[in-house]
Amino acid sequence: MDFNLSKTQILFRQMIQEFALKEVKPLAAEIDEMERFPKETVEKMGPIGLMGIPIPMKYGGSGADTLLYAMAVEELSRVCATTGVIVSAHTSLCAVPILEYGSEEQKMKYLPKLASGEWLGAFGLTEPNAGTDASAQQTTAVPDGDDFIINGSKIFITNAEYAHVYVVMAMTDKSKGTKGITAFIVEKGTPGFSIGKKEKKMGIRGSATCELIFENCRVPRANQLGKTGEGFGLAMKTLDGGRIGIAAQALGIAQGALSETVKYVKERKQFGKPLSAFQNTQFQLADMETRIQAARWLVYRAAMLKDQKVNYSSEAAMAKLFAAEVAMEVTTRAVQCHGGYGYTREYPVERMMRDAKITEIYEGTSEVQRMVIAAKLLK
Amino acid sequence: MKIVVCIKQVPDTTEIKINPATGTLIRDGVPSIMNPDDKAGLELAVELKEKHGATVTVITMGPPQADAILREAFAMGADRAILLTDKRFAGADTLATSHALAGALGKLEFDLLITGRQAIDGDTAQVGPQIAELLALPQVTYLRNLSFDGKKTFTLERETEEGYQVLEADAPCLVTVLSTARKPRYMRVKGIVEAYQREVELWGFEQIEVAEEHLGLKGSPTKVFKAFAKASKAPGEVYEADPEEAVGIVISKLKEKFII
Amino acid sequence: MEISSYTDVYVFIEQRDGEIQGVSLELLGKARQLANTLNQNVVAFLAGYQVSSKSESLIHCGADKVVVADAPELEHYTTEPYAQAVAQMIAAYKPSVLLIGATTTGRDLGPRLSARCQTGLTADCTKLEVGDDGHLLMTRPAFGGNLMATIVCKEHRPQMATVRPGVMRKCESDPNRKGVVEAFKPNFDQTKFGARLISNVKEDKGKTDIAQARILISGGRGVGDATGFEKLKELAEVLKAEVSASRALVDAGVTDHNHQVGQTGKTVRPDLYLACGISGAIQHLAGMEESDFIVAINKDKGAPIFQVADVGIVGDVNRIIPLLTERLKR
Repeated sequence: MDFNLSKTQILFRQMIQEFALKEVKPLAAEIDEMERFPKETVEKMGPIGLMGIPIPMKYGGSGADTLLYAMAVEELSRVCATTGVIVSAHTSLCAVPILEYGSEEQKMKYLPKLASGEWLGAFGLTEPNAGTDASAQQTTAVPDGDDFIINGSKIFITNAEYAHVYVVMAMTDKSKGTKGITAFIVEKGTPGFSIGKKEKKMGIRGSATCELIFENCRVPRANQLGKTGEGFGLAMKTLDGGRIGIAAQALGIAQGALSETVKYVKERKQFGKPLSAFQNTQFQLADMETRIQAARWLVYRAAMLKDQKVNYSSEAAMAKLFAAEVAMEVTTRAVQCHGGYGYTREYPVERMMRDAKITEIYEGTSEVQRMVIAAKLLK
Repeated sequence: MKIVVCIKQVPDTTEIKINPATGTLIRDGVPSIMNPDDKAGLELAVELKEKHGATVTVITMGPPQADAILREAFAMGADRAILLTDKRFAGADTLATSHALAGALGKLEFDLLITGRQAIDGDTAQVGPQIAELLALPQVTYLRNLSFDGKKTFTLERETEEGYQVLEADAPCLVTVLSTARKPRYMRVKGIVEAYQREVELWGFEQIEVAEEHLGLKGSPTKVFKAFAKASKAPGEVYEADPEEAVGIVISKLKEKFII
Repeated sequence: MEISSYTDVYVFIEQRDGEIQGVSLELLGKARQLANTLNQNVVAFLAGYQVSSKSESLIHCGADKVVVADAPELEHYTTEPYAQAVAQMIAAYKPSVLLIGATTTGRDLGPRLSARCQTGLTADCTKLEVGDDGHLLMTRPAFGGNLMATIVCKEHRPQMATVRPGVMRKCESDPNRKGVVEAFKPNFDQTKFGARLISNVKEDKGKTDIAQARILISGGRGVGDATGFEKLKELAEVLKAEVSASRALVDAGVTDHNHQVGQTGKTVRPDLYLACGISGAIQHLAGMEESDFIVAINKDKGAPIFQVADVGIVGDVNRIIPLLTERLKR
């Protein structure tokens, strides 16, 4: 067992921290305030290889592993959770399922453009009546000659407004329940496919979260992803991977809030001494640091297990459950340590606390994670 | 085109602090980085490679841990890396350093030799011109821009106090680059993944054919006589006053000093 | 190397368009002090084209002798013709000490010469003195100004040093001083000239050189933004001063690098340095602490700037400065 980062990981962290600090952090408050998608950041991340970290080089990716990818989402989220989720949704929920389930033609067609950042990816599973109960899909895909005709809608779709490629679940055979769900690759501009209303959110406000609308949308059969009727399994496996990304996002948010707090308590003076001189502050910091470290190893371990191609569903669920709760707790304490200033937009911990909440909700609520973990125990 | 870039690993001097009790540098925990001017020089080289086609070789002289910046250079687009390291190089001043580097560079072919203008730990700006002299190359220092005609001539902009000079030089020549000349790219993730799979060539005394008398402490005409923390001046009077009073104090002090 | 055959303190006189640069006169002032201690002469080496008429002024500023290399090849500075001229002068005259201004010219020429003559060069010295054994003690900052090092060059000659503009003080010009002027004719090897000068382009880099200013109103992070910096400019107008800044304001794009004081900017030593909202990072102090009189205004009582200030005011610079401007106008 080796808990040390490799030289490659250290070199990567040096780069991603510098990128986050110089390119991402300066935009974080503005894109939150304005609810603006940071397109320019995506354009900068593409050439560096950050939009295709775990995609093999032969498909135009960076050829790195899931752990490096998780570290990227962590460091980006440390300064801007919006940027973290853009990368996470794009990579884990679109590029990776195409890599893992796509035909060679599909991989050659979509992966180089996704990995270079030229195209942005998104994932459509959730529906108005199919949230945690994802099996209750109402979107349908009906075969028609060389095409499928898709009807229905998806909601809360990250990256929706700016994506070019969508991995979408639809019922191909209602009688079979979850075994009747199939995955499709839908491209932007496909006739009958449009983007609906944009959500106004509490946090991650720079990410474009919208509705996808399918009205007699004609998708070629060649765009079916994986086998007929295996879409639900594909979606669940994809979400296992996605949870590593979201766990890394939560971890980053927590670390960011702690770093800001450490800086603040050294500067801020009350009763003639810095806040850091008070034991209560010190104990708060110690608790935060300990929880963050514990979360970090859960996240990194889940990432390593995915690369070892063993079943990691439960570990990914634990990583996400724990990291999300740590993020919520640490950001709440960080705001408290900042006092009144922490409640204002003068300091980033206010934003971080709002951003943290979503990590307990999306890509499986904390309750869903508990179900996954318990199910494995009781098997 | 063949380009060689000389780079140096330096402590991030903005992070260095002095131990007030002993007057010595606290170097623990100070990150080591690629010298900023050198990094801009490497960026310039990689841009020339992308535009005109070139091989980019990076070379550094330093202790074994300087390997880290060569890996970074790989991840930025360098093709070949050489670590010049030998106990016999230790204690070198700029001239002895230049002798060792010039010895190594003499073994390489290049059309353009790039160094940073100066390193942030020494701020001397001497090694570039000294290498140029030892290798009998034309030099252009304080480079802020460069273009290549695709054949053999470089057009160079050299920053001065009043503006800039435009110069022309034929390959091979040496330039020393300002950190503001180019914004260095971020390391590529793909390059990072491959950086530690690639070979860094280790060169030492045996490879460079330079007389030992020119190297290391022995080959250094300058010696450090003493090093000390800067003596701090006795602090003056500090007033906590409201703005009206403060203005009064400043004005009376300036009058005392005949400044107004 | 026969050290004892090298004698006298030489100064490389830098001229641009025939105009002697201030740093060269400052170095003559320092050379005068060193030569007096050593009981040797000060020699000014003036290189250029049609510049001989400037020789007298160098004698007035402390030189005992002026050696003039007057040649069309030396009209504008380029590395190789100048390196040839100075190296040949060194071979012929054997100076014990050679001082050069740490300008873009001096820092290009100095190291080239040191390698050609195989001698030591100490860059950006802030202090030059004669040691007990008669060698030159050259003190310079290292590690970004965190440490000072005194350097010696005992076994090689000349002992070469560069010094930044504004660090030394020039002597009072004395029109009655007498000295010798000698012509020196270098033998140029044109085949080695290398880089060709195409043009010299002048850019307006801000009104005046802050290194030459008598009064500097300098702004830091506490000034905030361009609006705050404008207020400093208003005060500067009233005091007939120049404005400068710490790195924080330059990085924030409020003013340009030419106005930056500090290790990576310029060294200044005005009669008055008014530090406004500057906390005083060591890199900044390195560039201004030699100022004659330092007044600092800063909100934070613990700011390091107060360690070097003659007068410190704990307060809000954005309120004090406009008030000061108003009072001085009256």
